[in-house]
Amino acid sequence: LCPGDTSVLAGLYGPAEAKVSKELPDRAALEVLLRPKVGLPGVLERSREQLLRQTCEAVVLGALHPRTAISLVLQVLSDAGSLLSCCLNAACMALLDAGLPLAALFCGVTCALQPDGTILLDPTARQEQEARAILTFAISSSDRKVLTATTKGSCSVEEMQQCLAAAQRAASTIFQFYRDSVRRRYSK
Amino acid sequence: RLSAGTAPQGRLLCGPGLRRSGAGLLVTKCGLLRHRPGGGGAYWVDSQQKRYVPVKGDHVIGIVTAKAGDVFRLDVGGSEPASLSYLAFEGATKRNRPNVQVGDLIYGQFVVANKDMEPEVVCIDSSGKSSGMGIIGQDGFLFKVSLGLIRKLLAPKCEIIQELSQLYPFELVLGMNGRIWVKAKTVQQTLIIVNILEACEYMTAEQRKQALAKLSGN
Repeated sequence: LCPGDTSVLAGLYGPAEAKVSKELPDRAALEVLLRPKVGLPGVLERSREQLLRQTCEAVVLGALHPRTAISLVLQVLSDAGSLLSCCLNAACMALLDAGLPLAALFCGVTCALQPDGTILLDPTARQEQEARAILTFAISSSDRKVLTATTKGSCSVEEMQQCLAAAQRAASTIFQFYRDSVRRRYSK
Repeated sequence: RLSAGTAPQGRLLCGPGLRRSGAGLLVTKCGLLRHRPGGGGAYWVDSQQKRYVPVKGDHVIGIVTAKAGDVFRLDVGGSEPASLSYLAFEGATKRNRPNVQVGDLIYGQFVVANKDMEPEVVCIDSSGKSSGMGIIGQDGFLFKVSLGLIRKLLAPKCEIIQELSQLYPFELVLGMNGRIWVKAKTVQQTLIIVNILEACEYMTAEQRKQALAKLSGN
């Protein structure tokens, strides 16, 4: 999935047999592995993995597959800004493609707050560095509700509300992209 | 997201991919929404998937992985191994045990398959006859395809199978878990059929006809 030059490869495996130490008796155990382009996964990857895991657990109907494990592996191919929202979008497409039962779809949108107050959607790496704050939202397809929100930097509450509104508008474009890709796949 | 229209009168049957939530229906899988007007009216979602989830009544091909006392463990491609009792074969009694070894292929159907219990497979149907189920013979080739292709092949008048049967005579066993077992007279013919079936997933009808015409010409 590539907005600009950022691309992430997502692979989903499951529902498969879970190790006894990891299995949950009433729902599927979701595991996310994020591999950076160079180097070993570090603390930043771990925190992003937990974020993705909590977002995915909110939409996947895990109660249909108790005592199983669902593994999502994300490999960063290139990073040119907005990496977290790219990972969120790739994760959602992988869940769709694998046919796992979902309650809703979600998409990731990044907003950068410039020092002069303008809002930029899907910033590049340079814009991210110059920005005052970077907010990433995961927005669900049913009612455009917010599933996850993370902020890097500081901003006021009104600015966050504005970013949220802009992100919700942008989410429609992304969901349309999902729809078109799925339609292309099924028309063959 | 795939919006269903107005609710029809009478009872509505919910197929795979749809769930009841509150007063309405929730679409849980991505795919094409299909409707069958006969009977009470049934809706289901046709989705593409490679991973199999055991469903009661499905006929599947399993590989015997272990013998544990009176029960065989079968790998059916789901999240856990299924169990098969040695008495679940036609004409099997305590004295007359079936000759099943580790690594054999079994064609059977699920008698218990829900999310909370270990799935169970049997090789006899409800009247006690085997009706084609049981141990699959020696030789032949087992391979895996997506579940959508299996459903296409199992449709009543499948063109792919008719066209292939004009090429060479062969034996074919289709498991709903995505596994296909093929046996033809020579190894080469078997491999050709395997390649065609695997490619059928992505080829259109014309490409398939072209490929078969090329092969039958040679």
